[in-house]
Parts: sequence; structure tokens; C-alpha cells
Amino acid sequence: MKRSRLVMVGNGMAGVRTLEELLKIAPDLYEITVFGAEPHPNYNRILLSPVLAGEQTLEQIVLNDWSWYQQHGITLHAGCTVTQVDRSRRMVHASNAAGETMAVPYDRLILATGSNPFMLPLPGKDLAGVLAYRDIADTQAMIAAAARYRHAVVIGGGLLGLEAANGLMKRGMQVTVVHAAEWLMERQLDPVAGHMLQKALQERGMQFLMQAQTSALLGNEDGRVRAVRFKDGSEVPADLVVMAVGIRPNTGLAESMHLHVNRGIVVNDTMQTTTDARIYAVGECAAHRGVAYGLVAPLFEQGKVLANHLAEFGIGRYQGSQTSTKLKVTGIDLFSAGDFMGGADTEEILLSDPGSGQYKKLVLKDDKLVGACLYGNTVDGSWYFKLLREGRSVADLRDRLMFGESNIGEGGHAGQNQAAAMPDEAEVCGCNGVTKGSICQAIKEKGLFTLDEVRRHTKASASCGSCTGLVEQILMATVGGAYAATTKTKPLCACTEHGHQAVRDAIRANHLISKEEVFAFMEWKTPDGCPGCRPAINYYLISTWPKEALNDPQSRAINERSHANIQKDGTYSVVPRMWAGGTTAAELRRIADVVDKYQIPSVKVTGGQRIDLLGVKKENLGMPSGLAYAKALRTVKTCVGSEWCRFGTQDSTQLGQQLERALWAMYAPHKVKMAVSGCPRNCAESGIKDVGVIGVDSGWEIYVGGNGGIKTEVAQFFTKVKTAEEVLEVSGAFLQLYREEGWYLERTVHYVARVGLDHVKKKVLEDAAQRQALWARLQAALDGAPDPWFEGEKARVDARQFIPIPTPITAV
Amino acid sequence: MTDWTYICTIDDIPTQGARRVARAQGLEVALFRTAADEVFALLDRCPHKGGPLSQGMVFGRSVACPLHNWTIGLCDGQALAPDVGCAPRFQVRVAGRAVYLHAQELASHALHETRPLAGPAVCT
Repeated sequence: MKRSRLVMVGNGMAGVRTLEELLKIAPDLYEITVFGAEPHPNYNRILLSPVLAGEQTLEQIVLNDWSWYQQHGITLHAGCTVTQVDRSRRMVHASNAAGETMAVPYDRLILATGSNPFMLPLPGKDLAGVLAYRDIADTQAMIAAAARYRHAVVIGGGLLGLEAANGLMKRGMQVTVVHAAEWLMERQLDPVAGHMLQKALQERGMQFLMQAQTSALLGNEDGRVRAVRFKDGSEVPADLVVMAVGIRPNTGLAESMHLHVNRGIVVNDTMQTTTDARIYAVGECAAHRGVAYGLVAPLFEQGKVLANHLAEFGIGRYQGSQTSTKLKVTGIDLFSAGDFMGGADTEEILLSDPGSGQYKKLVLKDDKLVGACLYGNTVDGSWYFKLLREGRSVADLRDRLMFGESNIGEGGHAGQNQAAAMPDEAEVCGCNGVTKGSICQAIKEKGLFTLDEVRRHTKASASCGSCTGLVEQILMATVGGAYAATTKTKPLCACTEHGHQAVRDAIRANHLISKEEVFAFMEWKTPDGCPGCRPAINYYLISTWPKEALNDPQSRAINERSHANIQKDGTYSVVPRMWAGGTTAAELRRIADVVDKYQIPSVKVTGGQRIDLLGVKKENLGMPSGLAYAKALRTVKTCVGSEWCRFGTQDSTQLGQQLERALWAMYAPHKVKMAVSGCPRNCAESGIKDVGVIGVDSGWEIYVGGNGGIKTEVAQFFTKVKTAEEVLEVSGAFLQLYREEGWYLERTVHYVARVGLDHVKKKVLEDAAQRQALWARLQAALDGAPDPWFEGEKARVDARQFIPIPTPITAV
Repeated sequence: MTDWTYICTIDDIPTQGARRVARAQGLEVALFRTAADEVFALLDRCPHKGGPLSQGMVFGRSVACPLHNWTIGLCDGQALAPDVGCAPRFQVRVAGRAVYLHAQELASHALHETRPLAGPAVCT
């Protein structure tokens, strides 16, 4: 069968990424031809700045070398400019530097022409030594000039201009930045941050002429630029002038083809041009819903959607992105996103300490974060950006908002929270032993752009995740402005575009009761999901339709499938249930007998007041386990309480047992830990539990959303009640709400942070009827829940897993 | 063809699951069954840190190791890029519902791999 012909005009990052995505899903569908005006294979344009600054070489920034095109059977015409496209004959005409022309027919055409630097129409703009800063040729010309000349003037104090100025300065030139606005990067920074940036750069030796209007570029007798003249008549010497005043979508070709162009080639949500269904546009040249994006992440997203469409899958729409900015100048940390300037209808939260180089501005509108501008400490940039994208109310966070989240945990990286200050050999990820240097190296050498990619290649932040914030900072600092937004909702996993909430909602609204129904209804991209989505969907099904949706053991991780906790050598640990930490001589004797019978090599007391038996072989599993491994209630830790303790005011042990007996079979989005203390001395550590109860003389205080793990989080005061029955009802209602609304693998602390404590209080505390209904639903769901160790069949435990198939008898 | 040894029927293996086949020598062989009723066999040992692949989650034609979630291809035993490593592969024959492994291969292939050790050091 003859393959369709796909021709792409442009050989840059967005276009080639589109081809990569296409080849992944439909490798043989098209005969592909690519035209690139530059005589290079696809390279990482974002890293031109490090090349200019002498930190990297051109070879290092190539993303797809010549052999990649060959391997995939792509015909590449590099150094070949497309001069005309004949839409009626579907023919692309091009010519190269030698003047040779060619014509290539197409069935479908991608325009990925990128953008052009905007050149100010000044007298002298055509002199030698006047450059834009856009491609390898410009960079090479700047490097060559830096070796011969002394004075450089950069016109434009935006992101690109400052990166160019920084690079030239590092190559030994004296650099003056000319900027028309009042402060630097006025499209990304507010005046205060702009001035702080200017001061920091001045300290490094960069000079500035602000609010300066250039009137002409003056040349010498050889036709090379020698000075820049301003409207007020003053002049500064210049052997090199770099114009970095902005870029414009490169739409010349599209206009000549009579395609609809309005601030870019106008495309719909599948990146198809609105004029000609055979023609697509992707990348900086495309105008989607009126916006032409210039950052890598949105462009790659566009590429993914376009590839899907070209592969004739017909799913996936590009719906626009929000973007954020980060400057890529070593040692300077700034971040901005959204409407960071604010206006009459917005409020601002400010922290300004120019002396220590710290500045933080958060812009709020109707209790939602709409913009942020950070200078000096950008640790929380990604958190603010997340809040901004989600558009959720931050009313309940307002008093703490300024101090950041941060999603950096406290363990595993010696308390470091600013990646920029870390030396290359410092360990970032304490789980997998990954240093800052190796992360930077992988980002540069492998061309990584997203957190996920960094995780996959380096394993940094791939285990406990406590260093995610640091890794994100390193990524931002290394790829700079390119690191930017993703779509508004994060997909549950790579099998779908839908997020957790959409899946939960669909299961409830459409009464879906099996994973197959979910996959079909929500158009899953894989036939049977992946280890990311299957456990989540299984949990959503059984928590939404208890007793109706059947638990699918094959969608559970091993610990929940075998009802024990797998160890590194493939044996298991078993933790017998001890109600609220209480035990008896008979129970202890039985445990001792089990240890002897199965020759269990290690016995250890756990942090949750139980005994852990380690090293049990799988075929020996068969003793009641305390669900010490599951996304479920773990333990209710208690202190001795008023029965014995001379300080005790309440019977914490009894309440702990009541709670544990009521909730022992409760599966949840994540593990749930509880504690009951008998007095405010709080020996059971109720302050770091998902639900913590503290007895006081007049009753019980209830705290929720605490966490003692990766990042210690103190639980928040929820309410105070008089009786143990009320504790059960309130705790149960809170947990049921979490079970119904929480996302899989979201601990209560993150759930409460996402929906807001006010929301939880409204549902559980303020509305008695709703509280009772929640508590009743939880009891109904747990009623008759089988103990997987005693009632394996009812709990749908597949017993075959415990029986090895014996050594086959070999026929000789 | 006496070289093929009968092991079990497809129905003895949980769908999207696995069984372990013991051998006279060497580690067990994991016998996987996909949702589409295909059967594959690999040495029951992840190339990463030796996790028992038979205990992992089976999806598509892959299994995710229960220890650190590496994805291992069932057809070739290869770890999914960018991870690198390979679990030894065993030939499988399915006739009707009956599953066979190659006797000679079972007796001679991948005999020297070991499980990682855990627990307190044992003095000898």
C-alpha cells in the first residue's frame, strides 16, 4: 500500500517533537519529508544561552542527530528554504543556498516555521555586527565577535536580551543593556522585582540604560557598527549590537498561501488550520485561541495532540496552557506566573526585603491566586503555579500562603531547600543517591524538559518524592524559561487525559462498576490500564459502590493482594492485629509459637504498637494480619490513659479499641493512622496522625490531617466533643468524606489542603444530618467486611498465588 | 517431541497474574497470563534488585516489579527504557488450554542467579 506523504516545513523543537510522538504511535503511516532552513539537525534552542556563555558546546545541544532522521526513514532537507506552497496542486517548492530548487508533493502538511526575531527599523540596522539572537548562526557570530571586540550593546532587557548580555559578559565583553521600559523584564516582573534584578546584574558588571530610546546605529568606514545613538543625542560605543526586542510568529509563508493568519497561523484544538484541512500548524508560528506560545511545554503538548490526530486516533484536544517564567542566569532566582501586576479588583500579599534579596508578591482575586512574582527564593514557585492553575479558593490558606507549602520534605537532603545554593556533588535524592550534578547532566545531555522525564532517567524524586521541589528547581534553573506549564488538570496516568476527579465523577454519575466499564466509558488509551491507574480505579469503584463493585485483586499491589508486606528478598512480613496496642499472655504465646513453627528470622516491635514478624515465606502466609501494608486503617495508637496513668483524664485505651474495632477493615485512598491520648501530654502523638484524639477533662479534642512521614505535618484542630460516641461519629464521618472525595494516594493532609478545612467542617460539623449520613454510609460499607485471612474466598483472595507449581518431572 | 513438559492449564494461572514454577536447580520460573490469555515465562527475578516478578501487576504485555515498579516486557524480559536490564526468558508452548515449558531449558537455563539477602547477617 502506498503511504501518505507528510511534509513538514521547519525542523525545530515543536515540529520534530510532533514527529517523535507520531512515530511512537504510528511508525509506518507516512512517508515523511522535513525542510529546515538552518543547515543543522534539530537542536535545543533553549540551550543556546549556555552555549553563548561557554557552559556547553553546540554538539551537546543537538536533540536529534542526522542518524535519527535516517533511522526513521525521514528525508531531511537541511539548509533548504521553502519558498512557496501550491495548495491546489499540493506541492512544496524549496531552494537551497546553491540556488537549486526542488518540489515535493504532500497529502498532509505541517507548518512548524517558528518565529522570527523582531528587528527595530532603525537607520544602520543592516550594518555588520548588528545581530538578532535566535539561532546557531547568531550565537556563533556573537561568540566570534566576543573574541575580537570589546563593547557590546544589547537592545531589549527581556528574558532573551538578559541571557544574551550575560553570555557576552561571560565571554569577556563589556555589556550595556538598553531597555525602553522603566524596569527589566516588564512582561514577567513587577517594578520591585525588576529593580532587584537590575541591581544584582549591575553588581556582576552589567550596565544599563533604562527608558532609553535608540535613534540610530552608527557605522565606521568598514561598514561595521561602532556606536548606538539615542534620541537625546548621547552615544555609547558598540562593536556588537544584539537586538532582542521580541519575536513574531513566522507567518510569511502561510500568508503567501492565503491561510488565515492573525497573530500566528490560526488553528483549532487539533492544530488544524482553519483554512485548509490538509494543513496543520504547530509551535511558535501557530495561534491557538488567539495565543501564540513561545515556551516549550505548551508546544510539546500541541505536538502530542497533533501527532494523535495525524495518527488518525482522533482523541485529544489542545485547550491552551498557562505559562510561567524563570530566568536562566546562573545564581539568580526569579519566578513569575499569571497576573503578577494585579489591578484595581485584585488584592496583594507582599513580602519585601531588598536588603537580603528576597521579594514575594502574590496576587489574589475573589480569594483565588491569580498571579505570583518571586525573587530570591523561588522554592514555592511550582506550588503557587499549581494553585493558580487549579483556580481553587485559597481563603483558608491566606494567613499561611506567603510562607509557601513547600512540597519539600524534611528528610533525605540535609534540610536543603534552595537548589541554586547546592554544590554539584550534593545529594538531592536521599532515596536513590542522586546528586545535583548528575541531574543537571542528565537534563542537558538527554534533553529532558519535564519532571516526569527527569524522574524516569535519573530516579531523582521517584521514590518517596520528598525532594520533588528541589528537583523541580534544578529543572527550572537548567532549562530556564522553557520549563513551563502543563495542562490544567494533571492526567491520572499516561493511559488517559482525565484527572482523578473526572474519573471519580464519571464512576458515580454513570454507575460504572467495573474497570472495563471505566476504560470503555472514558476511552482509555491502553487495553487494560497500568500499575498507575488500575489500583486507583479499583479503589474508586469499591468506595463509590460498596458491595456492588467487586474488588479486583489483580489491580492491587502485591501487599494488598497477598495480605502481607513484601520485603527486599521476596519474603513477607506479617503484623498480627493488636487492638489499640493491647495484648494478652495468650496472644503473645501464640505469636511466639508461630515464630518457632515457621522459623521466622526477625521479630520487631513496630511504630504502631504491634509486633512485626519478618521473613515469612509466601507459601507459609496464613495468619491474621493487621493490614499493616494496605491503603487502609493501620493502627490506632494509644497511651495508657486514665485506667493506670496518674495524669490521665480519659480512658484512651478503651476509645482506641472502639475506634479500631469500628474501622479495622476500612480501605481508603491512602493509609490512615490514628491515635488517642488520654491527656494533653499527648503520649500517643495525636498531633501527627490522620485523625488524632486528645482527652481533656471536659471531653475529647479531635485533630485531623496530620502526618509523621516524609514531611512532618501537624494536624489541625477540628472540633471538641463530650463523649466517646461523638468521637466515633465525627471521626467516622470525616474519614468517610475523605474516602468519598479523596484522590487515590492522597493522604488526609493533602486532601484537606486541596478541598480546604472549611469545606470539611461544613460537611461534617455544621450539618448534623449530613454527618450522620456519612457515618451511616461508612458503617454500611464496612458491615460484614471479610477478614482476608479467615474468609479468603469472600475477600476474593486468589489462593493459587500461595501454591508454587512443583518441579515438573522431566521426560527423558 | 518429549522436550516439552506439561506444566498446568491456562486456567490455573490467574488472569493478569502469574504462578511460580519450581525447578530442581536455580530460581523459580514465573509463568504469566495476560488479559488476552497469552502466556509468557521469565526467570522470577527482576534485573534491577532481584524482586519476584511473579508478584507484580500484569498489564498489557508487561509486568511491574513489586519492589520498585520497574516495567519488564513479558515478550523479551527487557526493562522499559530508560531503565536497562533483562530477565532471562523461557520458551512457552500453549496447546489448547495446556501450557508447556521446555524441559531442557528449565534444567539448564539461568541456573546461577540468586535472590537478594535480607535480615540479620548469619554467621557461619
